[in-house]
Amino acid sequence: MSRAVSAEVADEHGLTREEWGRIVALLGRPPTLEELGVFAVMWSEHCSYKSSRAFLRQLPTRGPRVLQGPGENAGAVDLGDGHAAVFKIESHNHPSFVEPFQGAATGVGGILRDVFTMGARPIASLDSLRFGSLDHPRTPYLVKGVVAGIGHYGNSIGVPTVGGEISFDPGYDHNILVNAFTLGVAPADRLFRARAAGVGNPVIYVGARTGRDGIHGASLLASAALDATSEEKRPAVQVGDPFTEKLLLEACLQLMQGDDIVAIQDMGAAGLTSSSVEMAGRGGMGIVLELDRVPLREEGMTAYEILLSESQERMLLVAQAGHEAAVAEVFARWDLEAAVVGRLTDDGVFRARWRGEEVCALPVAALTEAAPVYRRPAEEPARLEELQRLDPAEIPEPADHGQALVRLLESPNLCAREWVYRQYDHLVGGNTVVRPGADAAVVRLEGTRRALALTVDCNSRYCRLDPYLGAVLAVVEAARNLVAVGARPLAVSDCLNYGNPEKPDVMWEFQQGVQGIRDACVALDTPVVSGNVSFYNETEGRNIPPTPTIAMVGLLDDVEAHLTPWWKAEGDVIVLLGRTREELGASEYLAVLHGLVRGAPPWIDLEAERRLHRLCLAAAEERLPRSLHDVGEGGLAVALAECSFGGPGLGVRVDLEQGIRTDALLFGESQSRMLLSLPRRHLGRLRDLARREDVPLTILGEVRGRSLVIGDVIDLPLEATRERWRRALERRLGG
Amino acid sequence: MRWGVVVFPGSLDDRDALRAAGCVLGDEAVALWHKDRDLGGVDCVILPGGFSYGDYLRCGAMAKFSPIMEAVARHVRDGGLVLGICNGFQILCEAGLLPGALVRNRSLSFVCEPVTVRVETAETFFTHGCRAGEVLELPVKHGEGCYVADEATLAALEREHRVVFRYTDRAGRPTPEANPNGSLQNIAGLCSAERNVVGLMPHPEHAVEHLTGGADGLRLFRSVEAWVARGAAAGPAASAPG
Repeated sequence: MSRAVSAEVADEHGLTREEWGRIVALLGRPPTLEELGVFAVMWSEHCSYKSSRAFLRQLPTRGPRVLQGPGENAGAVDLGDGHAAVFKIESHNHPSFVEPFQGAATGVGGILRDVFTMGARPIASLDSLRFGSLDHPRTPYLVKGVVAGIGHYGNSIGVPTVGGEISFDPGYDHNILVNAFTLGVAPADRLFRARAAGVGNPVIYVGARTGRDGIHGASLLASAALDATSEEKRPAVQVGDPFTEKLLLEACLQLMQGDDIVAIQDMGAAGLTSSSVEMAGRGGMGIVLELDRVPLREEGMTAYEILLSESQERMLLVAQAGHEAAVAEVFARWDLEAAVVGRLTDDGVFRARWRGEEVCALPVAALTEAAPVYRRPAEEPARLEELQRLDPAEIPEPADHGQALVRLLESPNLCAREWVYRQYDHLVGGNTVVRPGADAAVVRLEGTRRALALTVDCNSRYCRLDPYLGAVLAVVEAARNLVAVGARPLAVSDCLNYGNPEKPDVMWEFQQGVQGIRDACVALDTPVVSGNVSFYNETEGRNIPPTPTIAMVGLLDDVEAHLTPWWKAEGDVIVLLGRTREELGASEYLAVLHGLVRGAPPWIDLEAERRLHRLCLAAAEERLPRSLHDVGEGGLAVALAECSFGGPGLGVRVDLEQGIRTDALLFGESQSRMLLSLPRRHLGRLRDLARREDVPLTILGEVRGRSLVIGDVIDLPLEATRERWRRALERRLGG
Repeated sequence: MRWGVVVFPGSLDDRDALRAAGCVLGDEAVALWHKDRDLGGVDCVILPGGFSYGDYLRCGAMAKFSPIMEAVARHVRDGGLVLGICNGFQILCEAGLLPGALVRNRSLSFVCEPVTVRVETAETFFTHGCRAGEVLELPVKHGEGCYVADEATLAALEREHRVVFRYTDRAGRPTPEANPNGSLQNIAGLCSAERNVVGLMPHPEHAVEHLTGGADGLRLFRSVEAWVARGAAAGPAASAPG
């Protein structure tokens, strides 16, 4: 056994003295350096969820369609025809702030592996990106680096990036968020899991060789706040090789057609250590690793480094005994290495041997089940109540509503995202039916008439002003976006990005967020099947706004019946479903035109929201609407403009019903509203359906001409306005 | 007819090409492995899009040394049909089966968007179902699609009517705005002197269904089918330069 280490070494590993005491007590002795490294990553916030685990249990995770809930590499839902959709969202925030290109690239690589590890061929990816203010000097560099990194990895591996979101807020100036989502499709009865079984079965290492990159990525980079020295942590960021990952993907999927594999897990955060410990833990097994057999990229690596490396594009699998050659043959076809590096045992101990010495002998349960669980103190921040107060009398109406609309359309959070998504291959695979730029992406299920709709959403200003309601609204907006393309929402993957959980106000925000997701997911019948918690999004005492990113997946039974937001035909009637209230709080309008981040987010009635969804889906099924669009950030005026900007580029002429302030009518963000256009002959039928679901219906006007005419307050030329909207982001980024 | 789609390690649009030829056209379509030395009797070889061997050195630079490329070169010498799409076009240039080279986009960014191209000649197996001057909408998606060649080569290409597609606006004008990557003379695709090898940066295999964004590419694939059917009836397939 190697020499035992002291408590001071544990400090350097980010473990508390209390945790150190617990480790010594569990083992009955001080750990070796290698063992301490293993504890540090396995008990890190990133791997153990020690601050969040107690609360995540509140989330609804079951449902008739759920094949796999949280706890595996990815979640899975049954699509009903023998297919399963396998998906997950995951954060790669700190690496992307420290090294934007590789940080974002390897975030994409990691989430792809999580999905194909389950036996699913990835068919689509999304990304949710949050940056600081565009006026912050570092922001353009980070935006360009992250977008290029995502493109580099996604474009080189042949999985289309079909959508996502990008937003800007000074709250992310010092800690950006990069959340990557991938969805794959697998036969429903052939999902692969990371549960080791079978004493004596070989543990096989496949993929790229192990180097020194990413050591302590999980413990020191992902589970601690950023500070002025964070750039020095660049060596903790991994380097991605999408080509190797493409080979790994094809080789794994080919191997999975046979019966050689018992269990498989990606070597992601905490690399060889977490993949072997977690597989053994889920199966109640022990495992012996022969570190001398691990394929290495560099000379002179130590056992400690081999155990903790986060080199990318590696997988660990447990094969049936005697099938080693069959596994090696498949990988050889793809020019990849497969090395038997260990075997399963029945003693429940994680052992690692190196140069004739046993450097680790740790009970697997000590690393997994015995990991600490914290119920950290939580307290509502005092400032919140003040921030939620808004006196409308102090908000002047804009002198020129047309100019106000143009300013909104050019603002960083509402302008076109074309500059971003034209850098992503969103077509490869040949199944992209609705491309980026609509409410949700639609991807056909190969060889069927069905399709999946995908979206990822969160309004962090809402969450900052009301962490509970903000989380509810993130779920609701995601569901509404799916409904807008004609899809029934099925299930959620969530990425919970918060600040330092050791701060009571952050912990309170987190608890509120989880409760919000729970309530909305229960009401909308969309279980959470996978996800990720990212804490410590804090830099020098400043925490990010709470950001529970919601990725949601929906199903269309008939892909031909999908809808897009864009007007299709001159003369079609424009209808608003839902009610506009005098709500200006937390709006983009207040932030952009008045420089105010305050007020309460818009009110929501989850039952009314459900009725709206039922109405829209029924109308879509009867093919009544020709376009359908969620009224979201920027309100009705922005939504009307967006419907004109895409497709054939048709103008609008609508009237405004008065009764509330004009700015609230135009730019307020009241929830549970949809904008649709339809031929006049379908209006009667739509009214019947709306009456049945008790959803307010207002005829606003019609699709007409080449300008945006809204009441007597806005009259803008369509072409010129669209160009300003389209070019705004590129212009702000400096080309 | 029988299509063969070469699968290099790192090929990405191979499945899309197989779907276009197999599922959409209803032809026989087979995957050809890069380590193979035989084309299995296919009528037309497609070198698909992607990043063969990762393209870390230079696009197509590794692929030209793969065993299958010897068979492709033989197929070309025998007058067989070869279509290179995107990375396939890059490989054909690297392998010397088409002149010139494809370099980094002028914008230095990857670009994925629909473009319009003008059919410059109907005198190839790939375009004879179109009229010269016709404008098609096809998507591009590449980081290195800027076509370059020396002046003598460009002059010869124009003189021999070997520019097959040019980036233009919808009205067929080859404007700088219509050029997504900075290609010289807005060149989007070209053919060999014998006209049996065509390479292009846009992706016709991604334009074969209205549901997923238009069907202009379908007419190009139909051209190949008709050409092969006629060749089967009338002998060798190469046509005189037009």
